[in-house]
Amino acid sequence: MSDSDTLTKTGLVTLTGVNKHFGELHVLKDINLSIAKGEVVVVIGPSGSGKSTLCRAINRLEPIDSGDILLDGQALPSEGKALAKLRADVGMVFQSFNLFAHKTILQNVTLGPLKVRKTDPKQAEKRAMELLERVGVANQASKYPAQLSGGQQQRVAIARALAMDPKVILFDEPTSALDPEMIQEVLEVMVDLAKQGMTMVVVTHEMGFARTAANRVVFMAEGEIVEEASPETFFTNPTSRRAQDFLGKILKH
Amino acid sequence: MFSVLTDNWPLFRDGFWLTIRLFLVSGVLSLIIGTVLGAFRVSPVPALRGFGTGYVNILRNTPLTLVFAFLFFGAAKMDLALPNPFWTAVGALTIYTSAFVCEVVRSGVNTIAPGQSEAARAVGMSFFQVLTIVVLPQAFRAIIPPLMSVLIALLKNTTIAAGFSVVEAGSIPAAMSERGENQLVTLLWITIGFLILIVPLIFLQRWAERRTAVA
Ligand SMILES: Nc1ncnc2c1ncn2[C@@H]1O[C@H](COP(=O)(O)OP(=O)(O)OP(=O)(O)O)[C@@H](O)[C@H]1O
Ligand SMILES: [Mg+2]
Repeated sequence: MSDSDTLTKTGLVTLTGVNKHFGELHVLKDINLSIAKGEVVVVIGPSGSGKSTLCRAINRLEPIDSGDILLDGQALPSEGKALAKLRADVGMVFQSFNLFAHKTILQNVTLGPLKVRKTDPKQAEKRAMELLERVGVANQASKYPAQLSGGQQQRVAIARALAMDPKVILFDEPTSALDPEMIQEVLEVMVDLAKQGMTMVVVTHEMGFARTAANRVVFMAEGEIVEEASPETFFTNPTSRRAQDFLGKILKH
Repeated sequence: MFSVLTDNWPLFRDGFWLTIRLFLVSGVLSLIIGTVLGAFRVSPVPALRGFGTGYVNILRNTPLTLVFAFLFFGAAKMDLALPNPFWTAVGALTIYTSAFVCEVVRSGVNTIAPGQSEAARAVGMSFFQVLTIVVLPQAFRAIIPPLMSVLIALLKNTTIAAGFSVVEAGSIPAAMSERGENQLVTLLWITIGFLILIVPLIFLQRWAERRTAVA
């Protein structure tokens, strides 16, 4: 067994037998998933299948009922300082951006490094400007989130996540709240990240992105992982009935 | 009419000065304790949430006079050493007003989209940081107007202390009636006094609202 095989086996993020209920509703059913360092995993599935919950469970924004989630070999702490420390290593990009409304673009990116990592202010600012440059919104640094387009806001949100030097970034439908003409600019930033070896979990229905950037597609339905395959295999030759139905539906639109 | 005020100036002056002190001390303490209780009510710790909820439900539904009575007489019955009447009155006013401040803070926090605190938590901020850096600064705007109502109510509530041997402005009518002064004119002057005290509060509100105006 080669070294890279062992890494895949242990994984940077490992979920084992994860279960989650919302009251009576069983939203995550015995989830087993391992994500290797540098891997890009696209999670796809019908509405309500538990994709967001899966994402949120990985940084414990949503506590789970049973099972284990390991990050870099360590179990997720349940509350307090240790959990906050862990979350600092897991970036998250939300469907609705969630930029801090009362802070400027620059402050949105420096806030985490300053308050959580206690980075030197000069250095945090320099790094933030570099990241804003990288996502193409450096010229908006002194504006407030509400003054930016959705696509710009989402790129700032990606810069905010990157500023923490995360081990993995979770994206929950990062482009589904965007006007069509802005989707591409955000996807380009994400493809770029993927190429540079960032570990990413991306909930998205953008098949173009999955095909160019993903190593693996995970198909979820009704709280279960129904199918896992390379993007090529999954889109051209899905094995399960539910994946076939689902693809049939989204391809028609 | 003016002679009623000028002839008894020390009585009015001392009474209102005590009212101002009662108001300021209880006001500051209520803001601090009420904000902490508000933080309890939105905290992830069930025991703290429960405590906050219990406190608010009990205190908001208890007449203030009863809170005073508990502190002044109840404590005496239990042989508890009480500080002087001024500080006991401050205690009663603070215990009572904190519950209202708590509710104002909590509903202000609830006006902020949950995505804001989720994003802050996802970045690795502690509960305290999420609250003080991200949520409360944004909630402040929604908090100011109802908070002013609570403070104005507190100002008026200080008059209850008169019934418990604290010689604030609310105790002036009784003293004046002993001196055989015109009751109606006395009450008129006291009303004017309270209106004057409310003016700075209104300016404070204007100023705070301007300061928190978002870009
Ligand atoms: N906080 C909550 N309380 C109760 N039920 C919830 C909660 N969050 C999600 N659910 C339910 O859990 C199920 C899974 O939700 P989830 O958001 O994970 O689905 P999803 O796959 O992300 O769907 P979508 O594509 O619509 O975003 C849904 O039936 C949803 O209604
Ligand atoms: Mg979702």
